[in-house]
Amino acid sequence: MSAAARLDRRQAIARLLARRTDLLVATGLGSPTYDVAAAGDHERNFYLWGAMGGAAMTGLGLALARPSEPVLVVTGDGEMLMGMGSFATIAQSAPANLTVVVIDNELYGETGAQETHTATGADLAGIARACGIASADTIDDNAGLDRLAETLHTIAGGPRVAVLKVARTESAKVLVTRDGAHNKARFRLALGLPAD
Amino acid sequence: MNDAPPLDAKAWQDEIFDVLRASAVRQVSYVPDGGHARLIARVQTDPDMHAISLTTEEEGIAQCAGAWLGGNRSALLMQSSGVGNCINMLSMIEICRMPLLMLVTMRGEWGEFNAWQVPMGTRTEAALQMSGIHCIRAERSEEVADTVRHAASMAFDGGSALAVLLSQRLIGAKVFVEGGTAI
Repeated sequence: MSAAARLDRRQAIARLLARRTDLLVATGLGSPTYDVAAAGDHERNFYLWGAMGGAAMTGLGLALARPSEPVLVVTGDGEMLMGMGSFATIAQSAPANLTVVVIDNELYGETGAQETHTATGADLAGIARACGIASADTIDDNAGLDRLAETLHTIAGGPRVAVLKVARTESAKVLVTRDGAHNKARFRLALGLPAD
Repeated sequence: MNDAPPLDAKAWQDEIFDVLRASAVRQVSYVPDGGHARLIARVQTDPDMHAISLTTEEEGIAQCAGAWLGGNRSALLMQSSGVGNCINMLSMIEICRMPLLMLVTMRGEWGEFNAWQVPMGTRTEAALQMSGIHCIRAERSEEVADTVRHAASMAFDGGSALAVLLSQRLIGAKVFVEGGTAI
């Protein structure tokens, strides 16, 4: 795939989140957290700053707990590679309200831009499909993003995996709270739950 | 001391199930262990519970965190060998001050035939404590239900992160057969 055909990660995430209402979002550590923050901090966002490999499973626990609301995980290729077995676990539980978006720049962006395994052929959408997630696609244009945006705000048709092929350009780090306890409390209060 | 599994092995597993139900636990995730087999089977047939089979134990830490964010109580089942897989993921529980209830069946500590179970079994409690998880042990079948009940209360009412370590004495050493002779 040529670099010209790749999406801009910031614009892509902003496009997916533009019409959000009741969407619950969990992010993987690193750039996906900054990308979601850049689209606007939100009380229904939960940002991981560590626990690498845990984003998709955080989404699974959340999706099973909140079947009436759409749940979106936004993570990166490096983070998803560390928790690839999660695809098999998610496929088995099969929550219809869960979408996992993997922003794939084929790099470990936080640690010096070393290439990940997707740079040499690992196909995360294909792996998800092979694990039993039927709706798993690679997206590299706005038309694909718009089709994804139509479905990820619904509670039907999941679980879905969408791998966004994005350019390797680095964007500004948009910081949000690193206080996990505060973020948890804010998130739960937004759902009408006790803070702790 | 008799090394054979106690005759009431099924009873204490059923009692754990009853405690989880009474504690309104809605998600139960696991990497299977023989000691948890009956409990897993009970969870799988309960319409009010999600039984979540994990490919590796640390997935369950993140799933329990997500469940709590959404208002569900969870329990995470594993054997002692899986505890080592969880250490980095447990940082999420500490930094977010989330409750956690782990039920860990112990291997490598009581008549263990398979020496490969001993290194992790020997270090399970220390690894959990190092990771900020409070440990409570249950050695005998008659104390299992009460131990799990109080652990669930500390987790879900008190917000603590803890593990109940279920002694291999409860479960019995696995019997291996070599050349047709039990050894």
